[in-house]
Amino acid sequence: MNENNNLLVRLKDCGVQKSSKWIVKGISLEIHKGKIVTLIGPNGSGKTTTAKMALNILKSDEGSIENYSTKMAYVPQKISIDWTMPLRVIDFMNLTSHINKDEIIEALELTGVQHLIYNEIHNLSGGEFQRVLIARAIAKKPDLLVLDEPVQGVDFNGEIALYNLIKEICTKLNCGILLISHDLHFVMSATDHVICLNGHICCSGSPKSIVKNSSYIELFGEHNAATLSLYQHEHDHSHQTDGSVKN
Amino acid sequence: MFDDFFIRALVAGVGIAIVAGPLGCLVIWRRLSYFGDTLSHSALLGVTLAYSFSLNIAFSVFVISAVVALLLVSLQKRTKLAGDSLLGLLAHSTLAIGLVLIGFLSYIRFDLMGLLFGDILAVTTADIGLVWIGGSIILIILYFIWKSLFSATVNYDLSAAEGMRPEVSNFIFTLLLAGVIALSIKMIGALLITGLLLIPAAIARNISNSPRQMIVIAILSGILSVVVGLFASLEINTSSGPSIIVVALLLFIISLVPLEIKGQLQKR
Repeated sequence: MNENNNLLVRLKDCGVQKSSKWIVKGISLEIHKGKIVTLIGPNGSGKTTTAKMALNILKSDEGSIENYSTKMAYVPQKISIDWTMPLRVIDFMNLTSHINKDEIIEALELTGVQHLIYNEIHNLSGGEFQRVLIARAIAKKPDLLVLDEPVQGVDFNGEIALYNLIKEICTKLNCGILLISHDLHFVMSATDHVICLNGHICCSGSPKSIVKNSSYIELFGEHNAATLSLYQHEHDHSHQTDGSVKN
Repeated sequence: MFDDFFIRALVAGVGIAIVAGPLGCLVIWRRLSYFGDTLSHSALLGVTLAYSFSLNIAFSVFVISAVVALLLVSLQKRTKLAGDSLLGLLAHSTLAIGLVLIGFLSYIRFDLMGLLFGDILAVTTADIGLVWIGGSIILIILYFIWKSLFSATVNYDLSAAEGMRPEVSNFIFTLLLAGVIALSIKMIGALLITGLLLIPAAIARNISNSPRQMIVIAILSGILSVVVGLFASLEINTSSGPSIIVVALLLFIISLVPLEIKGQLQKR
């Protein structure tokens, strides 16, 4: 049944229709263990919808979805917890499975919020809550981790640290990651496969190949594309301190 | 010491309070108080149907509440009306149908006040058995679906993504809510059942800081309201339902005091 042991999710020509309008259409993608797949694209391009199909939250109205994951963890894009519920960070960490306290603390330490463990969720700032969300997903030790704009509202230094953490978790747990991100720098430097969405798949491939793709340039503009080509450029040579090229 | 009927009412009432605690918390967390209201208004229709066809009251109320809940779901899919409008539509039309039916059943002596506001004299030994057995079943089911229900209350997508099957537990929860209304209609009355679900949970929200604590306090304050309310009802000869709810309200006001003190301390 599963010809490839590393395959976690395969979407084949999938799409979601809402009141006879296609939100996304013709989506095909594969997520493998130990690899990071990133979805990029403008607002309303169907990134979250695609992620929800991979997570089995939304049914596809066409094509087929194969899901071999045994434990999925999800960091949703927007989550508002009703203030009518007295919920502490530690209760939230145990939300969908029981995790022992040492592991909870360990995961919160990774995202730098272990001191907030007994705080009420409502008293956290946006960035702190985002860190708790990521810690919760990591603590579950999933084989498939779906992160929908995971670092929104996180401070600049924290953002880099969290992206590094995501990369590290991917190797450590050997889990597949589906990431939605607007941080093109991280996307291009750390992910294995990039999918560029705009209601359908505009282009996809390795970060290197994608920055050269004309539909990518069209979607993100000459300026961004150029910045990123420059970024790619850095990999094939090194600079001296004054900026001149070595060799 | 007390009359038998009073002991019966106490035993049944405490049983109801225990079941109402956790369900009331969920009603508050999910903002379903108006939904609870709708189910309890439709309970009156259930009672009149029970009299018309000589069915068991609790059973008939349960079936009607469940039907109303299903109707709501299908109306939500078919119409463009918001949830609260549909709830209002169902609440008042089922209440109205119930009252119209009562008019037709003129050959039966009806204690309308009892139906609407509860009557402790009506609690029989069989009712006690019903409350405790039914209540136990509700709590056992709730225990098994708790994780799913709770996670879906916090975030539906997250719960669905992580394999909790929230659509199933949500459906079961609706039936459990119908169940607790069916159990408590005799005692509390159709108009006030939601009060017994909501107020103890609201008291608990004021003075607790974890979900588990909130449930325990909701149960305890529910029991206290029932016991004190029934004593008051006996002493000053008032309907049982309103007496219980008034006591619950007094407890709610008292529960605001620690909140107030905490606020004052934080200001300093």
